[in-house]
Amino acid sequence: MSLLSMLFGNKPKTAAVAKERLQLIIAHERDGASAVNFLPQLQRELIEVISKYVKVNPDDIRVSLEKQDRYEVLEVKIELPEKG
Amino acid sequence: MTRIVTVTSGKGGVGKTTTSASFSTGLAMRGFKTAVIDFDVGLRNLDLIMGCERRVVYDLINVVNGEATLNQALIKDKHCDNLFVLPASQTRDKDALSEEGVEKVLKDLTHMGFDYIICDSPAGIEHGAVMALTFADEAIVVTNPEVSSVRDSDRILGILQAKSRRALEGREPVKEHLLITRYNPNRVEAGEMLSYKDIQEILRVEILGVIPESEEVLQASNQGAPVIHQKETDAAEAYQDVIARFLGEEKPLRFVDYVKPGLLKRLFGGK
Repeated sequence: MSLLSMLFGNKPKTAAVAKERLQLIIAHERDGASAVNFLPQLQRELIEVISKYVKVNPDDIRVSLEKQDRYEVLEVKIELPEKG
Repeated sequence: MTRIVTVTSGKGGVGKTTTSASFSTGLAMRGFKTAVIDFDVGLRNLDLIMGCERRVVYDLINVVNGEATLNQALIKDKHCDNLFVLPASQTRDKDALSEEGVEKVLKDLTHMGFDYIICDSPAGIEHGAVMALTFADEAIVVTNPEVSSVRDSDRILGILQAKSRRALEGREPVKEHLLITRYNPNRVEAGEMLSYKDIQEILRVEILGVIPESEEVLQASNQGAPVIHQKETDAAEAYQDVIARFLGEEKPLRFVDYVKPGLLKRLFGGK
């Protein structure tokens, strides 16, 4: 940076901006990759365990991962068959 | 014991082939019997960087298909006695590489007594890149201090951890190394370029080396001699350090510190 540009004030440092952007996007992409990896497995194992105790249709067990601002919600919905 | 080392990056143009050429040359100069394989089927360039393009007769695909033996296809390097180049095919496409075929070539090289096999990966995350890293024991992820390169490096690290044989078989994971190339300490000091510490913090991989941005790299490729041969240049010294660290020697990073510009430059700016 030259003396002249120093006299007329500093622009924000672009390297710092780059670092912050990378940290955000990479954290997001890593989460995405791991969620995709474990969800189907989790769903299969849940079906196995629950089937030991109640008769359920595999389609009645739904697993999803939702991201909100600062936390994630793992939602498991199990619909039990009607008695009868 | 043969070690298979894959040079990869995700992004193109960051210095994979330059690194493969100098890294394999450096290992051979230390006395290790080394083979370097170009996995960029259809876009071969390692032969040009190594300066053996006019001696290519057979290639990796010929060997995979049984049309040539390894001994016929391996090109002996003109500078180093124990360095051999296995070029990629220029006329086929990447799907010609089968996993079984690649595995057999690597096994045969192992039986021939090679200490190191360096796999020069193509850019991208498609079949050719996956074939280059499938059998890796170690991986050198080449990264430029630039956002798209760092992000792509993170992607390729994920693929190493998911698709390599070591990962799939639950063995000890592929040993990952980070190599930062085209580094300009003055721009880092000015806040215009990510520092090596920033990149390491983001990717969380141990640093094998930092290669400074250097005019010699182009000069070396013009002449077809790996830049590590350009004695007393910063880039060559930095690659020598990389070899030393890879072999377990303690070497502090060099060429990473700000060089104070002269008075005129400070007054009027400029590169």
